[in-house]
Amino acid sequence: MLGHTRVTVRDGGPADAVGGVVPRWVALPESLEEVSVVLGACADGGLAVTPAGGRTKLCWAAPPERLDVLLDLSAMHEVLEHVAGDLVVRVQAGITTARLAEVLAKSGQELALDVPFPGATIGGTLAAPSPGPRAYRYGNARDLLLGVTVVLADGTIARAGGKVVKNVAGYDLGKLFTGSYGTLGVIAEATFRLHPLPADRRWLTFGCEGWEDAGALLRSQLEPSAVEIDHPAEGLTTVAALFEGSAAGDRAEAAREVLGGGEVHADAPSWWGRPPGLPLASLRCRVAPHVPEGVSVRGSLATGVYLASGVTDLDAWRSRLPADARLVGLAGDFTGDRWGPIPSLPLMRRVKERFDPERRMSPGRLAGGV
Amino acid sequence: MTVFDRLEAIFPPDRVITDPVRLRTYECDGLTYHRATPMVVVLPETAAEVAAVVKACAEFGVPFVARGSGTGLSGGALPRSDGVLIVTSRMRRILSVDLDRRQAVVEPGVTNLAITEAVRDQGYYYAPDPSSQQICSIGGNVAENSGGAHCLKYGFTVNHVQALEIVTPDGEIVEISEDDFGYDLLGAFVGSEGTLGIATKITVRLMRAPEAVTTLLAAFETIEAGGQAVSSIVGAGILPAAIEMMDALAIEAAEAAVSCGYPADAGAVLIVELDGPTPDVESQLAEVIAICVATGSFEQRVAASAEERAKIWKGRKSAFAAVGRISPAYIVQDGVVPRTCLGEVLAGIDALQTEFGIRVANVFHAGDGNLHPLVLFDDTAPGEGERAEVVSGRILDLCILHGGSITGEHGVGVDKARYMPRMFTDADLDTMQRVRCAFDPGGRSNPGKVFPTPRLCGEVPRVRKGSPGEIF
Repeated sequence: MLGHTRVTVRDGGPADAVGGVVPRWVALPESLEEVSVVLGACADGGLAVTPAGGRTKLCWAAPPERLDVLLDLSAMHEVLEHVAGDLVVRVQAGITTARLAEVLAKSGQELALDVPFPGATIGGTLAAPSPGPRAYRYGNARDLLLGVTVVLADGTIARAGGKVVKNVAGYDLGKLFTGSYGTLGVIAEATFRLHPLPADRRWLTFGCEGWEDAGALLRSQLEPSAVEIDHPAEGLTTVAALFEGSAAGDRAEAAREVLGGGEVHADAPSWWGRPPGLPLASLRCRVAPHVPEGVSVRGSLATGVYLASGVTDLDAWRSRLPADARLVGLAGDFTGDRWGPIPSLPLMRRVKERFDPERRMSPGRLAGGV
Repeated sequence: MTVFDRLEAIFPPDRVITDPVRLRTYECDGLTYHRATPMVVVLPETAAEVAAVVKACAEFGVPFVARGSGTGLSGGALPRSDGVLIVTSRMRRILSVDLDRRQAVVEPGVTNLAITEAVRDQGYYYAPDPSSQQICSIGGNVAENSGGAHCLKYGFTVNHVQALEIVTPDGEIVEISEDDFGYDLLGAFVGSEGTLGIATKITVRLMRAPEAVTTLLAAFETIEAGGQAVSSIVGAGILPAAIEMMDALAIEAAEAAVSCGYPADAGAVLIVELDGPTPDVESQLAEVIAICVATGSFEQRVAASAEERAKIWKGRKSAFAAVGRISPAYIVQDGVVPRTCLGEVLAGIDALQTEFGIRVANVFHAGDGNLHPLVLFDDTAPGEGERAEVVSGRILDLCILHGGSITGEHGVGVDKARYMPRMFTDADLDTMQRVRCAFDPGGRSNPGKVFPTPRLCGEVPRVRKGSPGEIF
């Protein structure tokens, strides 16, 4: 404990590194006010800060150009408000998605986000979103987010949105901060829309030759919650579709007929929602993509959002993809441009300048030094 | 050289309007009690023309306002008498439809319904369905983040737009997409009410039409009983496509206007629409009917055909206009409360009616707590308009008090900017202003909307030098 602030601070070590950059200190605030105090002090001292939660994706995106303070939010893990009748929950950003799921399950509810890493926090799930199978049905983190409390680089506490599912008052800062990788400020609290846990779930899995085979499912009216593909570097490609609801079994059987084969299971296949290994890249492509030799791809045929591993030369792969596809190196070593084209980068840079003119918040974690 | 000269160089004469009589056509949007005659109106046909106008505005320091079909209910498209009104009504091409990608790319002047009409025969549709969908433009929907009755299940415009081409307030043409790695600028732009630039190309998600759709009308003696049914439906884990409620006064108005034939003597009616795969819809319908009966519904009607479904919806969709039959004037309010507070807030609105002697008809998207109280008054009776205005404002206070919002779907616009400080702190508003300054440092894009007081952007602050504080 240092100073009158009572915020716990310790020296940083190799285990605290962000993409190989070791912070001088680690601060462990326990409240929104303490986050503000720490950031205010960092502003006074010109210190560079990177927020962290479950640390499951600190190796994603680029390492910070400099890092003095790792702001560890893991002590902020409270459910602040859960009104089951409203299907809304407000939490501190450091709560893990697994812990939140436990709490909500007691009321028969869930935050309908599939998070690939156990231990990931809500803050990290917003700041560094990862694709999940059921995004097709429920949307991504940004779609389920209703309100947010952020702390800016100068310690300012600001809120946007609210705790009702329908609200268009003011700019949606929550969405702006989604995907920000700690470069705009710190997400301290968040409010989400919840869904009732489905009465039943069934997975239909089938091996296939080409990616197009699953198209019939997407053209059907069976409303799968997710349609995922597992395309390993070697071996058979598998497609799996999830059906949710009281008639899940009937719909999975109907889907089997549409496809002319496959197996219906009560449990997800082992690869469901799990990222392939390093080096890891994010692929967004709305049509069946070309996949190079030695590359494995997993993700949603329904949304066109995938994770890929085994790719070494990003530029070479990019040149074989449609112009509107996006391939970004998330974690590991790559050759070629890590980011690829980002047409809105000049606007992102202007937003960064307004939120963090001193470039102290995770500087350089995103493209173009943002 | 003036801005007029520049505009006349950009456009042929028939697409620059300066005639005072014709200008008055554009003096208001759907919120008719705010009016201003624009200095000049232009009718661009391409993004390049929009960019050229915006650049001219930058050069001459003139503000601009974009307008689609002018159906907005918060004065978001209210012109500036010292500014250019950029009307997108000539940008109405559907540029592409790609069902393999389940996407359509359209220009901003295309109407909401035209997108669905273009793909309906193939079994697809565009989900957000504001009541004005026959005429409202998709560009306006993007600006306002429009909802509609079915957003309970399917979400709002922001959940269905995948990419935008925008003209920034500097006049640059930029693409922002959900696929861009980094900040969700798309999410920030949708719903920014024209203050961050003008969308000139919109990529929307198309959805497969549901296999089955069924609509139930349930009548209750009291609005409380109807509210209880809503809570029980949601509590049972059912997510209908829409749950709408109308109170006795709204029913009376709808009956007078369109003879919708809702059960007589109902204190409230619920419209519940379920859609999805047939087996799910059938089991959920049985469950919903059982819940309505258990909570005191005395009559339930299930639409047996598309015509019957349309008839049930007719009363609800005509409700706003219908109150014109029972009141000389009215204010359409748009507030949101947590669903569990509906009862308390309705009791509060009731108390306001008694206190001020002003009638309020209630129409609402009950499933998501979005109230549309229609505050009725006689504009010829001295003082009644003012009292109605007070009641309208007090309803918003009730919403805020219960943790809700001052607008669920109509937007802040010019109408509610003054209420923003009741919902947000100065720090909140200043932080939003940083976004505004990043996009529009000159404050030329739809100024005077959303935010209560104009704030200057100033220069980006310079790097501070100091010593570490006492924590470190």
